[in-house]
Amino acid sequence: MRRIVAILLLTILAVGISLSLTKIPFGSSETKIGRHYIDKGVEETGAVNIVTSVVVNYRGFDTLGEVTVLFIAAIGLGVVLSTSRKKATREITPASLVLSTGCRVLFPLILVFGSYIFIHGHLTPGGGFQGGAIIASGFLLIYLGCRERRISRVASNLAESLGGLVFVIIGLLGLAFGGYFLLNFLPKGTANTLFSAGIVPIIYVAIGFKVGSELTGIIDNLIEES
Amino acid sequence: MIFVFFLIILMLTAAIAASVFRDLISAVIAAALVSLIASILFYFLQAPDVAMAEAAIGAALTAAIFIIAIRRTKRYEE
Repeated sequence: MRRIVAILLLTILAVGISLSLTKIPFGSSETKIGRHYIDKGVEETGAVNIVTSVVVNYRGFDTLGEVTVLFIAAIGLGVVLSTSRKKATREITPASLVLSTGCRVLFPLILVFGSYIFIHGHLTPGGGFQGGAIIASGFLLIYLGCRERRISRVASNLAESLGGLVFVIIGLLGLAFGGYFLLNFLPKGTANTLFSAGIVPIIYVAIGFKVGSELTGIIDNLIEES
Repeated sequence: MIFVFFLIILMLTAAIAASVFRDLISAVIAAALVSLIASILFYFLQAPDVAMAEAAIGAALTAAIFIIAIRRTKRYEE
Protein backbone atom coordinates (compact mmCIF):
# COMPACT_ATOMS: atom_id res chain seq x y z
CA MET A 1 0.00 0.00 0.00
CA ARG A 2 2.76 2.42 0.99
CA ARG A 3 4.66 1.58 -2.17
CA ILE A 4 1.63 2.33 -4.38
CA VAL A 5 1.11 5.69 -2.65
CA ALA A 6 4.81 6.53 -3.07
CA ILE A 7 4.77 5.65 -6.78
CA LEU A 8 1.58 7.69 -7.25
CA LEU A 9 3.08 10.72 -5.49
CA LEU A 10 6.31 10.46 -7.49
CA THR A 11 4.34 10.23 -10.76
CA ILE A 12 2.35 13.35 -9.87
CA LEU A 13 5.58 15.13 -8.98
CA ALA A 14 7.30 14.06 -12.21
CA VAL A 15 4.32 15.12 -14.36
CA GLY A 16 4.18 18.48 -12.57
CA ILE A 17 7.89 19.16 -13.01
CA SER A 18 7.91 18.13 -16.68
CA LEU A 19 4.79 20.25 -17.40
CA SER A 20 6.36 23.31 -15.80
CA LEU A 21 9.69 22.71 -17.58
CA THR A 22 8.05 22.62 -21.02
CA LYS A 23 6.74 26.14 -20.48
CA ILE A 24 10.25 27.62 -20.00
CA PRO A 25 11.73 28.89 -23.28
CA PHE A 26 15.31 27.61 -22.92
CA GLY A 27 17.89 29.22 -25.17
CA SER A 28 15.93 32.32 -26.08
CA SER A 29 16.62 35.58 -24.31
CA GLU A 30 13.28 36.50 -22.81
CA THR A 31 14.74 38.71 -20.11
CA LYS A 32 16.50 41.98 -20.85
CA ILE A 33 19.00 41.62 -18.00
CA GLY A 34 20.88 38.68 -19.52
CA ARG A 35 21.33 40.48 -22.82
CA HIS A 36 22.55 43.54 -20.89
CA TYR A 37 25.23 41.50 -19.09
CA ILE A 38 26.48 40.03 -22.38
CA ASP A 39 26.51 43.34 -24.26
CA LYS A 40 27.67 45.78 -21.59
CA GLY A 41 29.35 43.51 -19.03
CA VAL A 42 32.94 43.90 -20.24
CA GLU A 43 32.56 47.65 -20.62
CA GLU A 44 30.92 48.17 -17.20
CA THR A 45 33.09 45.89 -15.04
CA GLY A 46 36.31 45.40 -17.03
CA ALA A 47 36.17 41.63 -16.47
CA VAL A 48 36.34 39.62 -19.69
CA ASN A 49 34.78 36.56 -18.05
CA ILE A 50 31.07 37.47 -17.91
CA VAL A 51 30.34 34.81 -15.28
CA THR A 52 32.87 36.41 -12.94
CA SER A 53 31.50 39.88 -13.54
CA VAL A 54 28.04 38.63 -12.57
CA VAL A 55 29.22 36.61 -9.54
CA VAL A 56 31.57 39.21 -8.04
CA ASN A 57 30.36 42.54 -9.38
CA TYR A 58 26.65 42.57 -10.24
CA ARG A 59 25.73 39.94 -7.65
CA GLY A 60 28.61 40.49 -5.21
CA PHE A 61 26.36 40.69 -2.17
CA ASP A 62 24.89 37.24 -2.93
CA THR A 63 28.44 35.88 -3.15
CA LEU A 64 29.16 37.28 0.32
CA GLY A 65 26.11 35.33 1.50
CA GLU A 66 27.38 32.15 -0.19
CA VAL A 67 30.79 32.50 1.47
CA THR A 68 29.04 33.04 4.81
CA VAL A 69 26.97 29.86 4.34
CA LEU A 70 30.16 27.85 3.72
CA PHE A 71 31.77 29.47 6.77
CA ILE A 72 28.80 28.56 8.99
CA ALA A 73 28.83 24.98 7.68
CA ALA A 74 32.56 24.64 8.48
CA ILE A 75 32.04 26.08 11.98
CA GLY A 76 29.07 23.76 12.58
CA LEU A 77 31.13 20.72 11.60
CA GLY A 78 33.96 21.85 13.89
CA VAL A 79 31.57 22.30 16.82
CA VAL A 80 29.87 18.92 16.29
CA LEU A 81 33.21 17.10 16.05
CA SER A 82 34.84 18.93 18.96
CA THR A 83 32.16 17.75 21.40
CA SER A 84 33.33 14.16 20.88
CA ARG A 85 37.03 14.99 20.80
CA LYS A 86 39.19 12.42 22.49
CA LYS A 87 42.93 12.64 22.79
CA ALA A 88 43.73 9.09 21.70
CA THR A 89 46.53 9.43 19.16
CA ARG A 90 46.36 6.56 16.73
CA GLU A 91 49.38 4.77 15.41
CA ILE A 92 50.08 6.29 11.98
CA THR A 93 51.43 3.78 9.50
CA PRO A 94 53.56 5.72 7.00
CA ALA A 95 52.59 5.47 3.34
CA SER A 96 54.84 3.68 0.87
CA LEU A 97 57.79 5.52 -0.68
CA VAL A 98 56.17 5.71 -4.14
CA LEU A 99 52.96 7.21 -2.76
CA SER A 100 54.60 9.78 -0.50
CA THR A 101 57.11 10.89 -3.16
CA GLY A 102 54.34 11.15 -5.75
CA CYS A 103 52.28 13.29 -3.39
CA ARG A 104 55.23 15.54 -2.67
CA VAL A 105 55.80 16.04 -6.42
CA LEU A 106 52.14 16.64 -7.25
CA PHE A 107 51.22 18.89 -4.31
CA PRO A 108 53.04 22.11 -5.42
CA LEU A 109 51.71 21.67 -8.97
CA ILE A 110 48.13 21.44 -7.66
CA LEU A 111 48.70 24.54 -5.50
CA VAL A 112 50.03 26.49 -8.49
CA PHE A 113 47.07 25.35 -10.64
CA GLY A 114 44.54 26.35 -7.97
CA SER A 115 46.21 29.76 -7.51
CA TYR A 116 46.21 30.28 -11.26
CA ILE A 117 42.49 29.51 -11.39
CA PHE A 118 41.53 32.09 -8.76
CA ILE A 119 44.05 34.80 -9.75
CA HIS A 120 42.87 34.67 -13.38
CA GLY A 121 39.20 34.42 -12.39
CA HIS A 122 38.29 37.57 -14.32
CA LEU A 123 40.07 36.40 -17.51
CA THR A 124 39.59 32.63 -17.83
CA PRO A 125 36.84 30.27 -16.63
CA GLY A 126 36.96 29.57 -12.93
CA GLY A 127 37.42 31.73 -9.89
CA GLY A 128 37.63 31.75 -6.14
CA PHE A 129 35.35 28.81 -5.43
CA GLN A 130 36.90 26.53 -8.04
CA GLY A 131 40.48 27.53 -7.18
CA GLY A 132 39.81 27.06 -3.47
CA ALA A 133 38.31 23.62 -4.05
CA ILE A 134 41.34 22.58 -6.15
CA ILE A 135 43.72 23.77 -3.41
CA ALA A 136 41.71 21.86 -0.80
CA SER A 137 41.94 18.70 -2.93
CA GLY A 138 45.74 19.21 -2.99
CA PHE A 139 45.77 19.28 0.81
CA LEU A 140 43.58 16.16 0.79
CA LEU A 141 46.29 14.45 -1.27
CA ILE A 142 48.87 15.39 1.38
CA TYR A 143 46.63 14.02 4.14
CA LEU A 144 46.29 10.71 2.28
CA GLY A 145 49.83 10.37 0.96
CA CYS A 146 52.12 11.93 3.59
CA ARG A 147 50.14 10.86 6.62
CA GLU A 148 52.44 12.27 9.28
CA ARG A 149 52.07 15.80 7.91
CA ARG A 150 49.41 18.13 9.30
CA ILE A 151 48.46 21.66 8.35
CA SER A 152 48.93 24.40 10.92
CA ARG A 153 45.52 25.24 12.36
CA VAL A 154 46.67 28.80 13.17
CA ALA A 155 47.81 29.50 9.60
CA SER A 156 44.63 28.05 8.09
CA ASN A 157 42.41 30.05 10.46
CA LEU A 158 44.46 33.18 9.68
CA ALA A 159 44.05 32.69 5.91
CA GLU A 160 40.32 32.10 6.36
CA SER A 161 39.77 35.18 8.54
CA LEU A 162 41.90 37.40 6.29
CA GLY A 163 39.94 36.27 3.23
CA GLY A 164 36.62 37.12 4.86
CA LEU A 165 37.93 40.43 6.21
CA VAL A 166 39.32 41.56 2.84
CA PHE A 167 35.95 40.83 1.17
CA VAL A 168 33.96 42.82 3.76
CA ILE A 169 36.48 45.69 3.96
CA ILE A 170 36.52 46.10 0.17
CA GLY A 171 32.73 46.18 0.25
CA LEU A 172 32.71 48.79 3.00
CA LEU A 173 35.31 50.90 1.12
CA GLY A 174 32.90 50.93 -1.82
CA LEU A 175 30.20 52.12 0.58
CA ALA A 176 32.50 54.89 1.82
CA PHE A 177 33.68 56.06 -1.61
CA GLY A 178 30.61 55.78 -3.77
CA GLY A 179 27.57 55.18 -1.62
CA TYR A 180 26.81 51.49 -2.03
CA PHE A 181 28.23 48.22 -0.79
CA LEU A 182 30.81 46.50 -3.08
CA LEU A 183 31.06 49.42 -5.51
CA ASN A 184 33.86 48.87 -8.02
CA PHE A 185 35.84 51.93 -6.94
CA LEU A 186 39.25 50.95 -8.37
CA PRO A 187 40.21 51.86 -11.97
CA LYS A 188 39.02 49.22 -14.44
CA GLY A 189 42.15 49.26 -16.63
CA THR A 190 42.29 47.70 -20.07
CA ALA A 191 40.17 44.59 -20.40
CA ASN A 192 41.90 41.21 -20.92
CA THR A 193 44.98 42.08 -18.83
CA LEU A 194 45.81 40.65 -15.40
CA PHE A 195 45.52 44.00 -13.60
CA SER A 196 42.08 44.96 -14.78
CA ALA A 197 38.48 44.92 -13.54
CA GLY A 198 39.15 46.89 -10.33
CA ILE A 199 38.07 45.03 -7.20
CA VAL A 200 37.03 41.80 -8.98
CA PRO A 201 40.43 40.00 -8.87
CA ILE A 202 41.10 41.16 -5.30
CA ILE A 203 37.78 39.74 -4.09
CA TYR A 204 38.33 36.51 -6.01
CA VAL A 205 41.78 36.02 -4.48
CA ALA A 206 40.22 36.60 -1.04
CA ILE A 207 37.46 34.06 -1.81
CA GLY A 208 40.06 31.59 -3.07
CA PHE A 209 42.01 31.80 0.21
CA LYS A 210 38.83 31.58 2.25
CA VAL A 211 37.28 28.62 0.44
CA GLY A 212 40.59 26.76 0.24
CA SER A 213 41.34 27.10 3.95
CA GLU A 214 37.74 26.30 4.94
CA LEU A 215 37.52 23.09 2.91
CA THR A 216 40.99 22.09 4.14
CA GLY A 217 39.81 22.72 7.70
CA ILE A 218 36.78 20.46 7.12
CA ILE A 219 39.02 17.65 5.85
CA ASP A 220 41.47 18.22 8.72
CA ASN A 221 38.65 18.04 11.31
CA LEU A 222 37.23 14.84 9.80
CA ILE A 223 40.58 13.05 9.46
CA GLU A 224 41.72 14.02 12.94
CA GLU A 225 38.50 12.67 14.40
CA SER A 226 38.40 9.35 12.61
CA MET B 1 27.57 13.12 -30.15
CA ILE B 2 27.94 9.33 -29.80
CA PHE B 3 30.60 9.97 -27.19
CA VAL B 4 28.15 12.06 -25.16
CA PHE B 5 25.54 9.28 -25.31
CA PHE B 6 28.19 6.80 -24.22
CA LEU B 7 29.05 9.06 -21.27
CA ILE B 8 25.39 9.42 -20.30
CA ILE B 9 24.87 5.64 -20.38
CA LEU B 10 28.04 5.17 -18.30
CA MET B 11 26.78 7.79 -15.85
CA LEU B 12 23.40 6.08 -15.50
CA THR B 13 25.11 2.72 -14.96
CA ALA B 14 27.35 4.22 -12.29
CA ALA B 15 24.35 5.84 -10.59
CA ILE B 16 22.43 2.54 -10.50
CA ALA B 17 25.56 0.75 -9.29
CA ALA B 18 26.02 3.31 -6.49
CA SER B 19 22.55 2.49 -5.14
CA VAL B 20 22.84 -1.30 -5.63
CA PHE B 21 26.34 -2.04 -4.25
CA ARG B 22 26.48 -3.59 -0.77
CA ASP B 23 30.12 -2.56 -0.35
CA LEU B 24 29.82 1.10 0.61
CA ILE B 25 33.36 2.02 -0.53
CA SER B 26 32.49 0.76 -4.04
CA ALA B 27 29.24 2.73 -3.88
CA VAL B 28 31.18 5.91 -3.06
CA ILE B 29 33.59 5.29 -5.95
CA ALA B 30 30.60 4.83 -8.28
CA ALA B 31 29.05 8.08 -6.99
CA ALA B 32 32.35 9.86 -7.61
CA LEU B 33 32.31 8.48 -11.15
CA VAL B 34 28.86 10.03 -11.62
CA SER B 35 30.29 13.40 -10.55
CA LEU B 36 33.31 13.03 -12.81
CA ILE B 37 31.18 12.25 -15.87
CA ALA B 38 28.84 15.11 -14.91
CA SER B 39 31.82 17.46 -14.95
CA ILE B 40 32.87 16.23 -18.42
CA LEU B 41 29.29 16.78 -19.63
CA PHE B 42 29.30 20.29 -18.12
CA TYR B 43 32.43 20.97 -20.12
CA PHE B 44 30.72 19.78 -23.32
CA LEU B 45 27.77 22.04 -22.48
CA GLN B 46 30.21 24.99 -22.44
CA ALA B 47 30.21 25.55 -18.69
CA PRO B 48 33.90 25.05 -17.84
CA ASP B 49 33.70 26.80 -14.47
CA VAL B 50 30.88 24.54 -13.27
CA ALA B 51 32.87 21.59 -14.59
CA MET B 52 35.87 22.60 -12.49
CA ALA B 53 33.82 22.98 -9.33
CA GLU B 54 32.05 19.67 -9.95
CA ALA B 55 35.31 17.80 -10.54
CA ALA B 56 37.03 19.21 -7.46
CA ILE B 57 34.12 19.12 -5.00
CA GLY B 58 31.91 16.34 -6.35
CA ALA B 59 34.52 13.84 -7.42
CA ALA B 60 37.38 14.49 -4.96
CA LEU B 61 36.26 16.11 -1.72
CA THR B 62 32.79 14.55 -1.34
CA ALA B 63 34.14 11.05 -2.00
CA ALA B 64 36.91 11.60 0.54
CA ILE B 65 34.45 12.81 3.19
CA PHE B 66 32.19 9.78 2.56
CA ILE B 67 35.13 7.38 2.81
CA ILE B 68 36.29 8.99 6.07
CA ALA B 69 32.75 8.61 7.42
CA ILE B 70 32.57 4.95 6.30
CA ARG B 71 35.86 4.26 8.08
CA ARG B 72 34.18 5.13 11.38
CA THR B 73 31.10 2.98 10.73
CA LYS B 74 30.68 -0.30 8.84
CA ARG B 75 31.98 -1.00 5.37
CA TYR B 76 29.29 -3.49 4.27
CA GLU B 77 25.59 -2.83 4.17
CA GLU B 78 23.42 -5.57 5.67
